[in-house]
Amino acid sequence: METAIDVKGMTTYYGEREVLKNLTLSIPRAKTTVIVGGSGCGKTTLLKHLISLLKPAKGTIEVNGKNIAGMFGSDLDEFRKKMGVLFQGAALLNSLTLTENVALPLREHTRLKEPVIDIIVRMKLDLVGLSGFGNFYPSQLSGGMKKRAGIARAMAMDPELLFFDEPSAGLDPVTAAGLDELILKLHKAFSLTLVVVTHELASIFTIADYVIMLDAGNIVFMGNLDELKASSHPKVRVFLERKAEEEFLSPEEYFKIISGS
Amino acid sequence: MRPLIIDSVLGAIGKRTISVFKTIHNVSTLLNNIAYWTVVSPLRGKRIRFKATVSEIVKAGYNAIPIVTVIAFFVGIILALQSAYQLRKFGAIIYVANLLGVSITRELGPIITAIIVAGRSGSAFAAEIGSMKASEEVDALVTMGINPIRFLVVPKLLALMLMQPALTAIFDLVGIGGGFFLSISLLEITPHRYYTQTINAILVKDLMTGLVKAWAFGVVITCVGAYHGFQVEAGAEEVGLRTTASVVSSIFLVIFFDFFFTTLFYYFL
Ligand SMILES: Nc1ncnc2c1ncn2[C@@H]1O[C@H](COP(=O)(O)OP(=O)(O)OP(=O)(O)O)[C@@H](O)[C@H]1O
Ligand SMILES: [Mg+2]
Repeated sequence: METAIDVKGMTTYYGEREVLKNLTLSIPRAKTTVIVGGSGCGKTTLLKHLISLLKPAKGTIEVNGKNIAGMFGSDLDEFRKKMGVLFQGAALLNSLTLTENVALPLREHTRLKEPVIDIIVRMKLDLVGLSGFGNFYPSQLSGGMKKRAGIARAMAMDPELLFFDEPSAGLDPVTAAGLDELILKLHKAFSLTLVVVTHELASIFTIADYVIMLDAGNIVFMGNLDELKASSHPKVRVFLERKAEEEFLSPEEYFKIISGS
Repeated sequence: MRPLIIDSVLGAIGKRTISVFKTIHNVSTLLNNIAYWTVVSPLRGKRIRFKATVSEIVKAGYNAIPIVTVIAFFVGIILALQSAYQLRKFGAIIYVANLLGVSITRELGPIITAIIVAGRSGSAFAAEIGSMKASEEVDALVTMGINPIRFLVVPKLLALMLMQPALTAIFDLVGIGGGFFLSISLLEITPHRYYTQTINAILVKDLMTGLVKAWAFGVVITCVGAYHGFQVEAGAEEVGLRTTASVVSSIFLVIFFDFFFTTLFYYFL
Protein backbone atom coordinates (compact mmCIF):
# COMPACT_ATOMS: atom_id res chain seq x y z
CA MET A 1 0.00 0.00 0.00
CA GLU A 2 1.47 3.34 -1.07
CA THR A 3 0.96 6.00 1.54
CA ALA A 4 0.23 9.68 0.97
CA ILE A 5 0.42 10.83 4.58
CA ASP A 6 2.54 9.33 7.34
CA VAL A 7 2.03 10.46 10.91
CA LYS A 8 4.53 9.32 13.51
CA GLY A 9 4.34 9.77 17.26
CA MET A 10 2.14 12.85 17.12
CA THR A 11 1.03 14.37 20.41
CA THR A 12 -1.04 17.53 20.85
CA TYR A 13 -2.25 19.65 23.69
CA TYR A 14 -4.95 22.26 24.08
CA GLY A 15 -3.57 24.17 27.02
CA GLU A 16 -2.57 21.45 29.42
CA ARG A 17 -4.98 18.83 28.13
CA GLU A 18 -3.52 16.13 25.92
CA VAL A 19 -5.97 15.78 23.03
CA LEU A 20 -4.09 13.48 20.66
CA LYS A 21 -1.92 10.88 22.32
CA ASN A 22 1.12 9.65 20.47
CA LEU A 23 -0.68 8.83 17.23
CA THR A 24 1.02 6.84 14.50
CA LEU A 25 -0.97 6.29 11.34
CA SER A 26 -0.70 6.29 7.59
CA ILE A 27 -3.20 7.31 4.96
CA PRO A 28 -3.10 5.43 1.65
CA ARG A 29 -2.70 7.26 -1.65
CA ALA A 30 -5.62 7.53 -4.07
CA LYS A 31 -7.99 5.93 -1.59
CA THR A 32 -10.78 7.27 0.58
CA THR A 33 -9.80 7.15 4.22
CA VAL A 34 -12.49 7.71 6.80
CA ILE A 35 -11.72 8.92 10.29
CA VAL A 36 -14.45 7.96 12.73
CA GLY A 37 -15.03 8.24 16.43
CA GLY A 38 -17.35 9.72 19.01
CA SER A 39 -17.95 13.42 19.42
CA GLY A 40 -15.02 15.23 20.99
CA CYS A 41 -12.51 12.42 20.46
CA GLY A 42 -10.19 14.64 18.43
CA LYS A 43 -11.13 14.04 14.77
CA THR A 44 -11.25 17.69 13.79
CA THR A 45 -8.06 18.29 15.72
CA LEU A 46 -6.32 15.48 13.83
CA LEU A 47 -7.57 16.88 10.52
CA LYS A 48 -6.32 20.36 11.40
CA HIS A 49 -2.88 18.86 11.95
CA LEU A 50 -2.95 17.07 8.61
CA ILE A 51 -3.62 20.38 6.87
CA SER A 52 -1.04 22.14 9.05
CA LEU A 53 -3.43 24.59 10.67
CA LEU A 54 -2.15 23.33 14.00
CA LYS A 55 1.35 22.14 14.79
CA PRO A 56 1.88 19.07 16.96
CA ALA A 57 3.81 19.33 20.21
CA LYS A 58 5.69 16.17 19.29
CA GLY A 59 6.02 13.93 16.27
CA THR A 60 6.15 14.26 12.50
CA ILE A 61 3.54 14.51 9.75
CA GLU A 62 4.95 13.52 6.38
CA VAL A 63 2.98 14.35 3.25
CA ASN A 64 4.56 13.00 0.08
CA GLY A 65 7.72 12.44 2.07
CA LYS A 66 7.99 16.00 3.43
CA ASN A 67 7.47 16.78 7.09
CA ILE A 68 4.85 19.53 7.18
CA ALA A 69 5.09 19.87 10.96
CA GLY A 70 8.42 21.62 10.46
CA MET A 71 7.35 23.65 7.44
CA PHE A 72 6.62 27.38 7.47
CA GLY A 73 5.87 30.32 5.21
CA SER A 74 6.03 29.94 1.47
CA ASP A 75 6.91 26.21 1.50
CA LEU A 76 3.71 25.62 3.38
CA ASP A 77 1.77 27.78 0.94
CA GLU A 78 3.07 25.69 -1.96
CA PHE A 79 1.92 22.56 -0.18
CA ARG A 80 -1.45 24.12 0.52
CA LYS A 81 -2.08 24.83 -3.15
CA LYS A 82 -2.17 21.07 -3.70
CA MET A 83 -4.83 20.38 -1.13
CA GLY A 84 -8.48 21.22 -0.64
CA VAL A 85 -10.35 21.42 2.64
CA LEU A 86 -14.02 21.36 3.55
CA PHE A 87 -14.50 22.65 7.10
CA GLN A 88 -17.06 21.31 9.53
CA GLY A 89 -19.04 24.54 9.12
CA ALA A 90 -18.14 24.97 5.41
CA ALA A 91 -16.38 28.30 6.23
CA LEU A 92 -17.33 30.04 2.99
CA LEU A 93 -16.44 33.72 3.00
CA ASN A 94 -19.72 35.41 3.84
CA SER A 95 -18.90 38.64 2.07
CA LEU A 96 -18.44 36.92 -1.29
CA THR A 97 -20.91 35.19 -3.62
CA LEU A 98 -20.53 31.48 -4.37
CA THR A 99 -18.82 32.24 -7.67
CA GLU A 100 -16.36 34.58 -5.96
CA ASN A 101 -15.75 32.02 -3.23
CA VAL A 102 -14.87 29.29 -5.68
CA ALA A 103 -12.88 31.68 -7.87
CA LEU A 104 -10.87 33.01 -4.93
CA PRO A 105 -8.00 30.48 -4.91
CA LEU A 106 -7.79 30.68 -8.70
CA ARG A 107 -7.59 34.47 -8.65
CA GLU A 108 -5.02 34.45 -5.88
CA HIS A 109 -2.74 31.71 -7.13
CA THR A 110 -3.00 31.67 -10.91
CA ARG A 111 -2.75 34.20 -13.68
CA LEU A 112 -5.73 32.77 -15.55
CA LYS A 113 -7.89 35.20 -17.49
CA GLU A 114 -11.33 36.02 -16.09
CA PRO A 115 -13.27 34.12 -18.82
CA VAL A 116 -11.23 30.98 -18.07
CA ILE A 117 -11.83 31.34 -14.34
CA ASP A 118 -15.54 31.78 -15.11
CA ILE A 119 -15.63 28.48 -16.97
CA ILE A 120 -13.73 26.60 -14.25
CA VAL A 121 -16.05 27.98 -11.57
CA ARG A 122 -19.14 26.91 -13.54
CA MET A 123 -17.65 23.43 -13.97
CA LYS A 124 -16.98 23.09 -10.24
CA LEU A 125 -20.41 24.37 -9.24
CA ASP A 126 -22.00 21.98 -11.72
CA LEU A 127 -19.93 19.13 -10.30
CA VAL A 128 -21.53 19.62 -6.88
CA GLY A 129 -24.98 20.30 -8.34
CA LEU A 130 -25.11 24.01 -7.65
CA SER A 131 -25.20 25.46 -11.16
CA GLY A 132 -27.40 28.51 -11.19
CA PHE A 133 -26.55 29.49 -7.62
CA GLY A 134 -23.37 31.36 -8.51
CA ASN A 135 -24.75 34.75 -7.53
CA PHE A 136 -26.08 33.63 -4.15
CA TYR A 137 -24.36 34.64 -0.94
CA PRO A 138 -23.57 31.89 1.60
CA SER A 139 -26.21 33.28 3.97
CA GLN A 140 -28.86 32.57 1.31
CA LEU A 141 -28.01 28.85 1.16
CA SER A 142 -29.13 25.86 3.19
CA GLY A 143 -26.65 23.85 5.25
CA GLY A 144 -26.33 21.12 2.67
CA MET A 145 -25.83 23.60 -0.14
CA LYS A 146 -23.09 25.34 1.86
CA LYS A 147 -21.33 22.02 2.34
CA ARG A 148 -21.49 21.33 -1.39
CA ALA A 149 -20.29 24.85 -2.18
CA GLY A 150 -17.42 24.23 0.25
CA ILE A 151 -16.55 21.10 -1.71
CA ALA A 152 -16.60 23.09 -4.95
CA ARG A 153 -14.19 25.59 -3.44
CA ALA A 154 -11.94 22.82 -2.11
CA MET A 155 -11.85 21.36 -5.64
CA ALA A 156 -11.10 24.69 -7.35
CA MET A 157 -7.36 24.19 -7.71
CA ASP A 158 -7.68 20.50 -8.72
CA PRO A 159 -5.92 19.30 -5.55
CA GLU A 160 -4.21 15.95 -5.03
CA LEU A 161 -5.40 15.77 -1.45
CA LEU A 162 -8.89 16.47 -0.22
CA PHE A 163 -9.96 16.76 3.41
CA PHE A 164 -13.64 16.80 4.36
CA ASP A 165 -14.74 17.41 7.94
CA GLU A 166 -18.19 15.89 8.47
CA PRO A 167 -19.61 16.54 5.01
CA SER A 168 -22.97 15.04 5.93
CA ALA A 169 -23.41 16.07 9.57
CA GLY A 170 -26.70 17.80 10.23
CA LEU A 171 -28.21 16.89 6.86
CA ASP A 172 -31.30 14.84 6.12
CA PRO A 173 -30.58 11.23 5.05
CA VAL A 174 -31.39 11.87 1.39
CA THR A 175 -29.10 14.89 1.10
CA ALA A 176 -26.45 13.03 3.07
CA ALA A 177 -26.66 10.10 0.67
CA GLY A 178 -26.38 12.59 -2.18
CA LEU A 179 -23.15 13.89 -0.69
CA ASP A 180 -21.79 10.36 -0.37
CA GLU A 181 -22.59 9.82 -4.04
CA LEU A 182 -20.75 13.02 -4.83
CA ILE A 183 -17.72 11.87 -2.86
CA LEU A 184 -17.72 8.53 -4.72
CA LYS A 185 -18.05 10.36 -8.01
CA LEU A 186 -15.13 12.65 -7.21
CA HIS A 187 -13.07 9.70 -6.16
CA LYS A 188 -13.79 7.76 -9.34
CA ALA A 189 -13.30 10.70 -11.65
CA PHE A 190 -10.11 12.16 -10.21
CA SER A 191 -8.59 9.30 -8.17
CA LEU A 192 -7.77 11.66 -5.34
CA THR A 193 -6.49 10.92 -1.89
CA LEU A 194 -9.50 11.69 0.24
CA VAL A 195 -9.67 12.01 4.00
CA VAL A 196 -13.20 12.21 5.37
CA VAL A 197 -14.19 12.71 8.98
CA THR A 198 -17.63 11.38 9.77
CA HIS A 199 -19.69 9.52 12.27
CA GLU A 200 -22.47 8.36 9.99
CA LEU A 201 -22.36 4.58 9.75
CA ALA A 202 -24.08 4.58 6.36
CA SER A 203 -21.47 6.95 4.97
CA ILE A 204 -18.62 4.83 6.20
CA PHE A 205 -19.87 1.73 4.43
CA THR A 206 -20.57 3.63 1.21
CA ILE A 207 -17.39 5.63 0.76
CA ALA A 208 -14.58 4.16 2.83
CA ASP A 209 -11.63 2.18 1.49
CA TYR A 210 -9.78 2.49 4.73
CA VAL A 211 -10.99 3.32 8.24
CA ILE A 212 -9.22 4.90 11.20
CA MET A 213 -11.10 4.97 14.47
CA LEU A 214 -10.20 7.33 17.30
CA ASP A 215 -11.29 7.21 20.88
CA ALA A 216 -10.30 9.88 23.40
CA GLY A 217 -7.19 10.76 21.40
CA ASN A 218 -6.03 7.18 20.82
CA ILE A 219 -6.30 5.04 17.72
CA VAL A 220 -8.42 2.00 18.45
CA PHE A 221 -8.71 0.65 14.93
CA MET A 222 -7.02 0.94 11.53
CA GLY A 223 -7.89 -1.19 8.51
CA ASN A 224 -10.28 -1.75 5.61
CA LEU A 225 -14.04 -2.27 5.79
CA ASP A 226 -13.89 -6.07 6.06
CA GLU A 227 -11.44 -5.83 8.90
CA LEU A 228 -13.69 -3.25 10.54
CA LYS A 229 -16.70 -5.57 10.38
CA ALA A 230 -14.62 -8.45 11.73
CA SER A 231 -12.98 -6.45 14.50
CA SER A 232 -13.70 -7.58 18.00
CA HIS A 233 -12.43 -4.46 19.71
CA PRO A 234 -15.15 -3.43 22.17
CA LYS A 235 -15.10 0.25 21.11
CA VAL A 236 -15.52 -0.76 17.46
CA ARG A 237 -18.38 -3.12 18.29
CA VAL A 238 -20.14 -0.44 20.32
CA PHE A 239 -19.75 2.03 17.46
CA LEU A 240 -20.95 -0.38 14.79
CA GLU A 241 -23.87 -1.67 16.79
CA ARG A 242 -24.84 1.86 17.82
CA LYS A 243 -25.04 0.88 21.47
CA ALA A 244 -24.97 3.52 24.10
CA GLU A 245 -21.84 3.06 26.12
CA GLU A 246 -22.75 2.41 29.69
CA GLU A 247 -20.46 3.49 32.40
CA PHE A 248 -20.59 1.31 35.45
CA LEU A 249 -19.83 3.31 38.54
CA SER A 250 -19.50 2.06 42.05
CA PRO A 251 -21.47 4.00 44.67
CA GLU A 252 -18.19 5.50 45.92
CA GLU A 253 -17.26 6.74 42.41
CA TYR A 254 -20.71 8.16 41.86
CA PHE A 255 -20.49 9.97 45.19
CA LYS A 256 -17.17 11.43 44.08
CA ILE A 257 -18.74 12.79 40.90
CA ILE A 258 -21.71 14.41 42.53
CA SER A 259 -19.73 15.82 45.43
CA GLY A 260 -17.25 17.29 42.93
CA SER A 261 -14.11 16.13 44.69
CA MET B 1 -1.84 18.28 50.81
CA ARG B 2 -3.09 21.86 50.53
CA PRO B 3 -0.90 24.16 48.44
CA LEU B 4 0.83 26.87 50.47
CA ILE B 5 -0.44 30.42 50.08
CA ILE B 6 2.97 31.54 48.85
CA ASP B 7 2.74 28.97 46.07
CA SER B 8 -0.54 30.28 44.78
CA VAL B 9 0.64 33.91 45.02
CA LEU B 10 3.80 33.15 43.07
CA GLY B 11 1.72 31.09 40.66
CA ALA B 12 -0.62 34.00 40.04
CA ILE B 13 2.29 36.40 39.47
CA GLY B 14 3.87 33.91 37.09
CA LYS B 15 0.67 33.43 35.14
CA ARG B 16 0.13 37.17 34.83
CA THR B 17 3.70 37.67 33.64
CA ILE B 18 3.33 34.94 31.05
CA SER B 19 0.12 36.48 29.74
CA VAL B 20 1.75 39.93 29.49
CA PHE B 21 4.63 38.45 27.51
CA LYS B 22 2.18 36.57 25.33
CA THR B 23 0.35 39.81 24.52
CA ILE B 24 3.62 41.56 23.70
CA HIS B 25 4.60 38.63 21.52
CA ASN B 26 1.24 38.60 19.71
CA VAL B 27 1.29 42.35 19.12
CA SER B 28 4.83 42.41 17.79
CA THR B 29 4.23 39.41 15.54
CA LEU B 30 1.15 41.11 14.14
CA LEU B 31 2.93 44.43 13.55
CA ASN B 32 5.83 42.62 11.95
CA ASN B 33 3.49 40.72 9.63
CA ILE B 34 1.52 43.83 8.73
CA ALA B 35 4.73 45.68 7.87
CA TYR B 36 5.92 42.74 5.80
CA TRP B 37 2.74 42.34 3.79
CA THR B 38 2.26 46.09 3.30
CA VAL B 39 5.81 47.10 2.39
CA VAL B 40 8.08 44.17 1.61
CA SER B 41 5.84 41.75 -0.23
CA PRO B 42 4.55 44.29 -2.82
CA LEU B 43 8.20 45.18 -3.50
CA ARG B 44 8.79 41.51 -4.21
CA GLY B 45 6.09 41.63 -6.83
CA LYS B 46 3.14 40.19 -4.91
CA ARG B 47 0.02 42.06 -5.96
CA ILE B 48 -1.91 44.26 -3.55
CA ARG B 49 -5.66 43.69 -3.57
CA PHE B 50 -6.53 46.84 -5.41
CA LYS B 51 -10.31 46.34 -5.65
CA ALA B 52 -10.60 45.48 -1.98
CA THR B 53 -8.59 48.58 -1.12
CA VAL B 54 -10.94 50.76 -3.14
CA SER B 55 -13.95 49.23 -1.44
CA GLU B 56 -12.38 49.87 1.98
CA ILE B 57 -11.68 53.46 0.93
CA VAL B 58 -15.36 53.86 0.13
CA LYS B 59 -16.54 52.18 3.36
CA ALA B 60 -14.10 53.74 5.81
CA GLY B 61 -13.43 57.04 4.06
CA TYR B 62 -16.04 58.18 1.60
CA ASN B 63 -19.01 57.04 3.68
CA ALA B 64 -17.64 58.86 6.73
CA ILE B 65 -17.62 62.24 5.01
CA PRO B 66 -21.17 63.26 6.07
CA ILE B 67 -20.69 62.56 9.77
CA VAL B 68 -17.23 64.18 9.80
CA THR B 69 -18.64 67.24 8.05
CA VAL B 70 -21.53 67.68 10.46
CA ILE B 71 -19.39 67.20 13.56
CA ALA B 72 -16.67 69.51 12.22
CA PHE B 73 -19.17 72.25 11.51
CA PHE B 74 -20.61 72.13 15.02
CA VAL B 75 -17.19 71.90 16.66
CA GLY B 76 -16.18 75.00 14.67
CA ILE B 77 -19.21 76.93 15.90
CA ILE B 78 -18.82 75.81 19.51
CA LEU B 79 -15.14 76.64 19.55
CA ALA B 80 -15.75 80.09 18.06
CA LEU B 81 -18.41 80.83 20.69
CA GLN B 82 -16.26 79.63 23.56
CA SER B 83 -13.25 81.65 22.48
CA ALA B 84 -15.33 84.74 21.81
CA TYR B 85 -16.63 84.46 25.38
CA GLN B 86 -13.11 85.08 26.69
CA LEU B 87 -11.64 87.22 23.95
CA ARG B 88 -14.43 89.81 23.92
CA LYS B 89 -13.36 90.86 27.46
CA PHE B 90 -10.14 92.13 25.92
CA GLY B 91 -11.75 93.50 22.77
CA ALA B 92 -9.70 90.95 20.89
CA ILE B 93 -12.54 89.17 19.24
CA ILE B 94 -10.80 89.00 15.87
CA TYR B 95 -8.35 86.52 17.42
CA VAL B 96 -11.14 83.95 17.31
CA ALA B 97 -9.88 83.30 13.80
CA ASN B 98 -6.34 82.58 15.01
CA LEU B 99 -7.42 80.41 17.87
CA LEU B 100 -9.78 78.41 15.75
CA GLY B 101 -7.44 77.98 12.82
CA VAL B 102 -4.51 76.82 14.87
CA SER B 103 -6.33 74.61 17.35
CA ILE B 104 -8.36 72.85 14.67
CA THR B 105 -5.54 72.19 12.23
CA ARG B 106 -2.97 71.22 14.86
CA GLU B 107 -5.09 69.33 17.34
CA LEU B 108 -8.85 69.04 17.15
CA GLY B 109 -9.10 68.07 13.50
CA PRO B 110 -6.80 65.03 13.77
CA ILE B 111 -8.03 63.86 17.15
CA ILE B 112 -11.78 64.18 16.70
CA THR B 113 -11.59 62.63 13.23
CA ALA B 114 -9.56 59.77 14.71
CA ILE B 115 -12.18 59.20 17.41
CA ILE B 116 -14.95 59.18 14.80
CA VAL B 117 -13.04 56.71 12.60
CA ALA B 118 -12.12 54.51 15.57
CA GLY B 119 -15.80 54.27 16.46
CA ARG B 120 -16.94 53.75 12.89
CA SER B 121 -14.24 51.71 11.17
CA GLY B 122 -11.91 50.42 13.90
CA SER B 123 -14.84 48.62 15.48
CA ALA B 124 -16.00 47.36 12.09
CA PHE B 125 -12.53 45.95 11.37
CA ALA B 126 -12.46 44.10 14.69
CA ALA B 127 -15.98 42.77 14.23
CA GLU B 128 -15.37 41.67 10.65
CA ILE B 129 -12.09 39.88 11.34
CA GLY B 130 -13.39 38.51 14.64
CA SER B 131 -16.49 36.95 13.16
CA MET B 132 -14.44 35.52 10.31
CA LYS B 133 -12.13 34.01 12.89
CA ALA B 134 -15.07 32.57 14.83
CA SER B 135 -16.62 30.96 11.74
CA GLU B 136 -13.28 29.46 10.63
CA GLU B 137 -13.18 31.70 7.54
CA VAL B 138 -9.70 32.83 8.51
CA ASP B 139 -8.60 29.20 8.79
CA ALA B 140 -10.12 28.57 5.37
CA LEU B 141 -8.05 31.42 3.91
CA VAL B 142 -4.92 29.96 5.47
CA THR B 143 -5.60 26.51 4.05
CA MET B 144 -6.08 28.04 0.61
CA GLY B 145 -2.57 29.46 0.94
CA ILE B 146 -3.91 33.00 1.26
CA ASN B 147 -2.32 35.07 3.99
CA PRO B 148 -5.11 36.62 6.12
CA ILE B 149 -3.04 39.72 6.88
CA ARG B 150 -2.48 40.42 3.21
CA PHE B 151 -6.06 39.55 2.37
CA LEU B 152 -7.87 41.35 5.18
CA VAL B 153 -5.62 43.88 6.90
CA VAL B 154 -3.50 45.42 4.15
CA PRO B 155 -6.44 46.85 2.14
CA LYS B 156 -7.87 48.38 5.33
CA LEU B 157 -4.49 49.79 6.31
CA LEU B 158 -3.87 51.38 2.92
CA ALA B 159 -7.40 52.77 2.91
CA LEU B 160 -7.00 54.44 6.30
CA MET B 161 -3.47 55.67 5.55
CA LEU B 162 -5.06 57.57 2.69
CA MET B 163 -8.45 58.46 4.13
CA GLN B 164 -7.50 59.44 7.68
CA PRO B 165 -5.53 62.50 6.47
CA ALA B 166 -8.20 63.18 3.85
CA LEU B 167 -11.02 63.14 6.40
CA THR B 168 -8.90 65.26 8.73
CA ALA B 169 -8.38 67.81 5.96
CA ILE B 170 -12.14 67.90 5.43
CA PHE B 171 -12.64 68.36 9.17
CA ASP B 172 -10.13 71.24 9.21
CA LEU B 173 -11.83 72.98 6.32
CA VAL B 174 -15.39 72.55 7.53
CA GLY B 175 -14.49 73.31 11.17
CA ILE B 176 -12.89 76.58 10.20
CA GLY B 177 -15.90 77.17 7.96
CA GLY B 178 -18.19 76.73 10.97
CA GLY B 179 -16.21 79.30 12.94
CA PHE B 180 -16.26 81.61 9.96
CA PHE B 181 -20.02 81.25 9.65
CA LEU B 182 -20.56 82.09 13.32
CA SER B 183 -18.06 84.95 13.31
CA ILE B 184 -19.52 86.76 10.33
CA SER B 185 -23.09 86.33 11.55
CA LEU B 186 -23.04 86.69 15.35
CA LEU B 187 -19.66 88.21 16.13
CA GLU B 188 -19.90 90.83 13.40
CA ILE B 189 -16.48 90.24 11.92
CA THR B 190 -16.34 90.97 8.20
CA PRO B 191 -15.73 87.92 5.99
CA HIS B 192 -12.64 89.47 4.47
CA ARG B 193 -11.02 90.22 7.83
CA TYR B 194 -11.74 86.78 9.16
CA TYR B 195 -10.31 85.26 5.99
CA THR B 196 -7.04 87.21 6.03
CA GLN B 197 -6.69 86.72 9.79
CA THR B 198 -7.04 82.95 9.35
CA ILE B 199 -4.65 82.78 6.42
CA ASN B 200 -2.04 84.69 8.37
CA ALA B 201 -2.52 82.61 11.49
CA ILE B 202 -2.20 79.14 10.02
CA LEU B 203 1.28 78.05 9.01
CA VAL B 204 1.95 75.27 6.55
CA LYS B 205 3.73 73.60 9.46
CA ASP B 206 0.50 73.51 11.49
CA LEU B 207 -1.38 71.86 8.66
CA MET B 208 1.35 69.34 7.95
CA THR B 209 1.88 68.23 11.56
CA GLY B 210 -1.88 67.71 11.82
CA LEU B 211 -1.96 65.56 8.70
CA VAL B 212 1.10 63.55 9.73
CA LYS B 213 -0.60 62.81 13.03
CA ALA B 214 -3.74 61.81 11.18
CA TRP B 215 -1.77 59.35 9.08
CA ALA B 216 -0.30 57.77 12.20
CA PHE B 217 -3.74 57.57 13.82
CA GLY B 218 -5.01 55.72 10.76
CA VAL B 219 -2.25 53.15 11.20
CA VAL B 220 -2.98 52.83 14.94
CA ILE B 221 -6.72 52.35 14.43
CA THR B 222 -6.24 49.65 11.79
CA CYS B 223 -3.64 47.74 13.78
CA VAL B 224 -5.71 47.82 16.97
CA GLY B 225 -8.83 46.66 15.12
CA ALA B 226 -6.91 43.87 13.45
CA TYR B 227 -5.26 42.80 16.69
CA HIS B 228 -8.56 42.46 18.55
CA GLY B 229 -10.20 40.77 15.58
CA PHE B 230 -7.51 38.10 15.37
CA GLN B 231 -7.66 37.51 19.12
CA VAL B 232 -11.18 36.09 18.80
CA GLU B 233 -11.14 32.31 19.17
CA ALA B 234 -14.80 31.39 18.97
CA GLY B 235 -18.26 32.68 19.62
CA ALA B 236 -20.35 35.78 19.09
CA GLU B 237 -19.90 37.05 22.62
CA GLU B 238 -16.17 37.28 22.19
CA VAL B 239 -16.64 39.21 18.94
CA GLY B 240 -18.71 41.76 20.84
CA LEU B 241 -16.17 42.07 23.64
CA ARG B 242 -13.30 42.47 21.23
CA THR B 243 -15.18 45.08 19.20
CA THR B 244 -15.72 47.18 22.30
CA ALA B 245 -12.13 46.64 23.40
CA SER B 246 -10.85 47.75 20.02
CA VAL B 247 -12.68 51.09 20.24
CA VAL B 248 -11.53 51.75 23.80
CA SER B 249 -7.92 50.87 23.16
CA SER B 250 -7.66 52.67 19.85
CA ILE B 251 -9.01 55.88 21.40
CA PHE B 252 -6.54 55.45 24.25
CA LEU B 253 -3.64 54.81 21.90
CA VAL B 254 -4.62 57.67 19.60
CA ILE B 255 -4.49 60.07 22.54
CA PHE B 256 -1.23 58.58 23.74
CA PHE B 257 0.36 58.96 20.31
CA ASP B 258 -1.05 62.47 20.08
CA PHE B 259 0.73 63.34 23.31
CA PHE B 260 3.91 61.84 21.92
CA PHE B 261 3.75 63.64 18.57
CA THR B 262 2.71 66.95 20.08
CA THR B 263 5.68 66.91 22.45
CA LEU B 264 7.96 65.95 19.58
CA PHE B 265 6.67 68.71 17.31
CA TYR B 266 6.77 71.26 20.12
CA TYR B 267 10.47 70.76 20.71
CA PHE B 268 11.74 69.91 17.26
CA LEU B 269 9.64 71.89 14.80
N1 LIG C 1 -9.72 25.45 20.44
C1 LIG C 1 -9.80 24.56 21.42
N2 LIG C 1 -9.35 24.84 22.67
C2 LIG C 1 -9.41 23.94 23.66
N3 LIG C 1 -9.91 22.70 23.53
C3 LIG C 1 -10.39 22.34 22.33
C4 LIG C 1 -10.35 23.24 21.22
N4 LIG C 1 -10.88 22.62 20.14
C5 LIG C 1 -11.23 21.38 20.58
N5 LIG C 1 -10.94 21.21 21.88
C6 LIG C 1 -11.12 19.99 22.66
O1 LIG C 1 -10.43 18.95 22.03
C7 LIG C 1 -11.22 17.78 21.99
C8 LIG C 1 -11.30 17.27 20.57
O2 LIG C 1 -12.02 18.20 19.79
P1 LIG C 1 -12.36 17.98 18.26
O3 LIG C 1 -13.00 19.21 17.75
O4 LIG C 1 -11.14 17.50 17.58
O5 LIG C 1 -13.42 16.80 18.36
P2 LIG C 1 -14.19 16.04 17.19
O6 LIG C 1 -13.76 14.64 17.26
O7 LIG C 1 -14.02 16.74 15.90
O8 LIG C 1 -15.70 16.15 17.66
P3 LIG C 1 -17.04 16.36 16.78
O9 LIG C 1 -17.35 15.03 16.20
O10 LIG C 1 -18.05 16.76 17.79
O11 LIG C 1 -16.75 17.40 15.76
C9 LIG C 1 -12.57 18.11 22.56
O12 LIG C 1 -12.65 17.50 23.82
C10 LIG C 1 -12.59 19.61 22.72
O13 LIG C 1 -13.13 19.96 23.96
MG1 LIG D 1 -15.20 17.84 14.62
